[in-house]
Amino acid sequence: MGLGVKTIEARWGVFEDGWLDWLLTPLQYEFVRHAIAIGAIIGMICPMVGSYLIVLRMSLLGDVIAHAVMPGLAIANALRIDLSIGAFCSGMCSTFVIAWIRQQSRVRVDAAMTLTFSTFFGLGIALISLLKTQLDLEGFLFGDILNVTGDDLLHAVVVGGAIAIAIKLHYKELLFYTFDPLGAEAAGLPVQLLHYGLMAGVTLAIITSMKVVGVILAIAMLVGPAVTASLLVKELHTMMLVGAGLGVLSAIGGMYFSFYWNLPSGAAIALVIFSLFLLALLFSPSQGILTRRRLGHRE
Amino acid sequence: MLQVRSLSVRYRGRSVLEDVSLNLMPGELVGLIGPNGAGKSTLIKALLGLVPIESGRISLRGQPLHRLRQHVAYVPQRSQIDWDYPIVVQRVVMMALTRRLGWWRSPDAAAHQAARSAMEQMQIWDLRDRPIGSLSGGQQQRVFLARAIAQAADVFLFDEPFTGIDKQTELVLLNLFAELRSRGHLVLVCSHEWGSALERYDRLLLLNRSLLADDRPQAVMTLENIRRAYGENTQLIDRRSSLESIIAC
Repeated sequence: MGLGVKTIEARWGVFEDGWLDWLLTPLQYEFVRHAIAIGAIIGMICPMVGSYLIVLRMSLLGDVIAHAVMPGLAIANALRIDLSIGAFCSGMCSTFVIAWIRQQSRVRVDAAMTLTFSTFFGLGIALISLLKTQLDLEGFLFGDILNVTGDDLLHAVVVGGAIAIAIKLHYKELLFYTFDPLGAEAAGLPVQLLHYGLMAGVTLAIITSMKVVGVILAIAMLVGPAVTASLLVKELHTMMLVGAGLGVLSAIGGMYFSFYWNLPSGAAIALVIFSLFLLALLFSPSQGILTRRRLGHRE
Repeated sequence: MLQVRSLSVRYRGRSVLEDVSLNLMPGELVGLIGPNGAGKSTLIKALLGLVPIESGRISLRGQPLHRLRQHVAYVPQRSQIDWDYPIVVQRVVMMALTRRLGWWRSPDAAAHQAARSAMEQMQIWDLRDRPIGSLSGGQQQRVFLARAIAQAADVFLFDEPFTGIDKQTELVLLNLFAELRSRGHLVLVCSHEWGSALERYDRLLLLNRSLLADDRPQAVMTLENIRRAYGENTQLIDRRSSLESIIAC
């Protein structure tokens, strides 16, 4: 759903009054302030956990969890409990199923993930139909930025803070586990705990992102800014920090585009994320296509 | 020192190791050889506690090995590592101190010093801020050797350390083996080497699911043993020296 100023006149009229007005006008609305704040928070936390998915070469796992929260949402809605709790349990359950399939068979991880997410998504749709729940499917799929409440914001701050503190405290263990899982296990680190801790972080980040970008585009926020950062830096922690900066920029930039061009916020954010990636791909000092060519000529 | 008693391992319903017993001593350089699929890597992983054991017992100085994991250093196969991972050399070496520091502590001055001295010994101190993906195969191997040294372990397990390395790294590796042996550490090397290279070991373990031979290299590398491990089609090209010239078909 877009933030939506309805008329083109209003849109460009504000723009012609100057950049400051262009920037400040949307902030007059409380729902926009809430949306930008929650966007900035998910812009920070998603690339932090998303960086781990990228280095584990399991980016699609974010997509799996995003789809797999569906049955939990349907059940929580029917039982009238907090939707986030249902979504969290369901998302975590999908990671257990993937790990179980991999342990018990030679099925490749991509096949296990595809099977799991389609099954969970199908189960979610079936449950919504069976339980006759009044779930706002469109809001769930594409985000519902107009209805971000103060409670949602508080929830995002708490989740974001908890994820950031957990990563800061256990950075060295997570680095060891994601770089050399066998070595970490041989050294006596509890790799299962680290794995599921990481999955819990990813699931929480996705649930927090649902309101802003919807589950389908949550993967863009998880993976996009962190991938862009990986083109610019050489270490995991800098990838997370630069990714978080790019995530905030993408979220806020996307919100403004959404407001002035009446675009769905998730779509606008995803497009800004890709634009930033494209810029890094072209101009990254170490890996940019154009920079690389220029260096090549010098040589 | 390191004792393995009647070790059997099954993986997805298939028997990978059957009734393996060993007694490895401090200061020994031991080579572990056998055909592909013989269970060499599984034995290393079992020693590290990475695969579930069906039956048997592994102990270090009389205590169950899983309680003394920090005393066992492991250098993985090159293929197990993602060389595109965004990490620089010194952070890989610092991983050796992760367990010793515990969950809540960041690396202190002593940890940095241990890592530095290991990197200097492996001649990679100047490369400490380089991403591992930008190093040569030999330099990458030395990063993992430095990590093993920084762990200050008693037992060193190497999984195919001679694959894809340069001459300089091979010399560094052989010097390291000699030094570890002289300090009374146990070094177990899982290897695909052939010929005279095997003479560098004090002992050879010939494995094909079960332990077929455990003795000095010359005593292990007989045609009979090799045929038992690699099949009847194995031939000696040159009978003057069995170690120089055995091929497996």
